Amino acid sequence: MNTSYTPSSIAGVLDTPTRKEGGKTIFEHLHEWATTVDHKKLGIMYIVYGLIFFLVGGVEASLMRLQLARPDNHFIGPQLFNQLFTMHGTTMVFLVGMPIIFGFANYLVPLMIGARDLAFPRLNSFGFWLSVMGGLILYFSIIGGMGMTGAGSMPDVGWFAYAPLTGKAFSRGNSTDYWTIGVLVGGFGSIATAINILTTIVCLRCEGMTLMKMPLFVWLSLVVSGMVLLAIGPLTAAQIMLLLDRYLGAHFFDTQAGGSAVLWQHFFWIFGHPEVYILIIPGFAIASEIIPVFSRKAIFGYPVMVGATVAIAFVSFGVWAHHMFTVGMTSIGNTFFVISTMLVGVPTGIKLFNWIATMWGGKIRLATPMLFCIAFLFQFLIAGLTGIMLAVAPFDWQLSDSYFVVAHFHFVLVGSLLFTIFAGIYYWFPKVTGRMLSEKLGKWHFWLFFIGFHVTFDTMHVPGLLGMPRRIYTYEASRGWGTLNLICTLGVAIQAVGILCFVANILWSLRSGKRAGRDPWDAWTLEWGTTSPPPEFNFSKSPVVKSRRPLWDIKHPSDPDWKYE
Amino acid sequence: MSTATIALTSEQSASNPNRGRVGMFSLIAAESAIFTIFVVAYLFYLGQSLSGPTPQQVLRLPILNSVCLISSSLTIMFALRALGNGARGAFLLWWAATIALGGYFLIGTGIEWKRLIYSEGLTIQTNLFGTTFYSLVGLHAFHVLVGLVMLLIVLLLALAGAVKKEHTARAEILSLYWHFVDAIWIVVFTVVYVIGR
Repeated sequence: MNTSYTPSSIAGVLDTPTRKEGGKTIFEHLHEWATTVDHKKLGIMYIVYGLIFFLVGGVEASLMRLQLARPDNHFIGPQLFNQLFTMHGTTMVFLVGMPIIFGFANYLVPLMIGARDLAFPRLNSFGFWLSVMGGLILYFSIIGGMGMTGAGSMPDVGWFAYAPLTGKAFSRGNSTDYWTIGVLVGGFGSIATAINILTTIVCLRCEGMTLMKMPLFVWLSLVVSGMVLLAIGPLTAAQIMLLLDRYLGAHFFDTQAGGSAVLWQHFFWIFGHPEVYILIIPGFAIASEIIPVFSRKAIFGYPVMVGATVAIAFVSFGVWAHHMFTVGMTSIGNTFFVISTMLVGVPTGIKLFNWIATMWGGKIRLATPMLFCIAFLFQFLIAGLTGIMLAVAPFDWQLSDSYFVVAHFHFVLVGSLLFTIFAGIYYWFPKVTGRMLSEKLGKWHFWLFFIGFHVTFDTMHVPGLLGMPRRIYTYEASRGWGTLNLICTLGVAIQAVGILCFVANILWSLRSGKRAGRDPWDAWTLEWGTTSPPPEFNFSKSPVVKSRRPLWDIKHPSDPDWKYE
Repeated sequence: MSTATIALTSEQSASNPNRGRVGMFSLIAAESAIFTIFVVAYLFYLGQSLSGPTPQQVLRLPILNSVCLISSSLTIMFALRALGNGARGAFLLWWAATIALGGYFLIGTGIEWKRLIYSEGLTIQTNLFGTTFYSLVGLHAFHVLVGLVMLLIVLLLALAGAVKKEHTARAEILSLYWHFVDAIWIVVFTVVYVIGR
C-alpha cells in the first residue's frame, strides 16, 4: 500500500464518508481491482473467480449425486438433470479449470523469471474480463434462456454439445446460444492470455535465465500457452459455424441438407483433447515445483521433463478421435488413434518416474502441499491406466458413455488437476498473502477430500463396468446399481466437508494465519526471493541468475548449483 | 534486495526478441488454427451439396482482386522502408496505396457477393457450397476489414504528424498482420477458386 492513488478524475462520485484513517474506501478498492493491470492482482482475481465457480459447479454435481443416490428417484426431473450436467461440465472446464491455471501462470511466471509484469499488461486485463464476461453470459441463461420462444432456460445439450441436438429444431429458445457465445467469448480471453504468457516467457526473462534454466513451472506454462493458441482456434471456428447454423440458416451441422453431425465431433475433440492436456500440464507444473522443495532435492531429469512435456503436447494433437470410437470410423482410423493415444502414455510415464525419482532418497516433509502432490501421483497413475484401457477401441466400444468413462476423467480432472491446484494454493498462499494457511485445517481438508474422492470415484468405475450409462437421470431398482450409487453420493458429502475446511482455512488464515516471511518453505525459485506479498514492481533490481535454483546459490555460496549444471 | 531506487531501464535485454513481434506471431498462430478448420470444412463439403448452384456454375476467378491484395503486401513494405528512412511523404503515399488496394479488394468481394446473391441465387442458406463459401471467404474478408481499420488509424495518426521514424518497428508489427491476411488469401484462393472449381 505504498501508492497514494485516488481516482480523482471523477470528482465527488467516489467521495464516500466510510473512508478509514489512512486507508481506502471500499469503492476505491473496487475501482483499483477493476482497473488493475498488475499481473499479481489479475492472477488473484483469476483464481478467486475460478474458486467461486468451483463452488457453483460443485453444488451442481452434488444435486446430480443426490438424484442418483437411489433408484427411481424423482428429486430432480430429466430436464433439470440435463441442464445440471451441461452446466457442471462447462463450468468446471471453462470457468474453473482454465481461469485457475491462467491465474497461477499470471501470478507466478513473471516472478519466476524475474520480470516486472507480463509482456502486455493491458491485454492481460482484457483477457481476464473477457473470461468473466464468458462466465456471466453462460450463467445469464438461467434468466435469459427463456428468450422469445419460451423454451428452456439453462443449456441442456451436454458440455460437448453434439450436433444435431444443437440445431434450431431440437434446441429451441436461446439457452444453447448462451452456451455457444459464453464459451466463444471465454475462448477469446484464453487466446489473449496465452499470447501474453508465451510472449512474456520468450521476451522478458531476466539476465542469465536461459531456456534450460527456467523453472519447470515456466517451461510447462510455455508449452500450455502454445497449446492454447492452437487448440482454442478449432473450438472458436466450430462455435462460429454453430452460430451461423442457428442464426443465418447455414448447414454446417444440418444433416437434412447434407451436413455432417460427425464433423462437429471432430472439430470439438480437436479442441477437446488438447484441452485435457492444457488443463493437466499446469497440474504437472505445480507438482514439479512442490515435489523437489518438499523432498529437499533438485528435480530429477530436468531436460527429460521438458522433453516429455513437449512430446505430450505434440502427440495430444493427434489423439482426438479416441473420443469417437463408437461413431464407426474405418479400421485404419481406429488403429491410428489407438496407437497415438497409447503413445501419450510413454512421456507421461517418464514424468511419473521422474517425480518418484525426485522423492527417492530425499528428506520428505509431509506438509499439506506435499500430501496433495503425493496423492496426485498415485491418482494420476490410476487415471492414466484407465486411460490406456479406454484407448483400446474394442474395450471402449463396451464402456464408452458409461460411468467408467466418467470415473476415468474425474480421476484426471479431480484426482490429478484439482489435487495439484490445492497443493499449489497451500504452497503459494503465503507468497500471495504474506500469511501461512493453517496446517491443521489443511490436513483435515486433505484427508477428508482424499477419502471422499476415493469413496466416490473408485466406486464409480463399478456401475460403469456393470453397464450404467452416463447422463441418465434415474434407473430402475432391478438394475442393482443402487448401493454403488449411494456410496458415490456419500463420498460427495465427505468431499464437501473437506471443501468446507478449505474455505474456512482460507478465511481464517487471511486474518489470523502465521506470518510467512519471504521464504517459508526454504525454496529455490525466484518468487521466494522477494517479499510476501511481493511489491507492485516485484523486484527492485532485475535479478541475475546462474542456475535453475537461484535461491539455493544465494543460500549456499560455497556449493552453488551452477558448478554442476 | 533492499528498496533501492527503481531502475527504469528497459526490461528486455538485447538478446531477447521484440515482444510485439512474438505477440503478433502468436496471434497469427491462433488465427491460422481457426482458418484451418474453415478450410477443412470447405474441402470436406466440396461436392456434397444436395442442390445447385455448384462452384463450377457460378464462381469466376477474382484475378484483379487477388492482384490488388497481394500487391498491397509490397506497398506496405515500401511504406515501412520509407518510414525507416524518414521519408514522410513517401511513407504516406505507400501507406495510403496499401489502404486503397485493400479497400478495392473488399469492394470487389462485395460486388462478387452481390452477383452471387442476386443473379445466381446463392446464399448461405442455399446449400453446403453457399454455407462454406460465404463463411470462409467472409471470415477472410472480416480480417481484411479489421486490418484496414488499423491501417486507417495509423494513416490518420501519420497525417496528424504522430508517426515518426522511431515508430517503424511498431508499424512493422501491424504489417505482419497484413502479410498474414494476404497469405491466407492465397490459401483461400487456391482452395475455393482452383481446387474447388
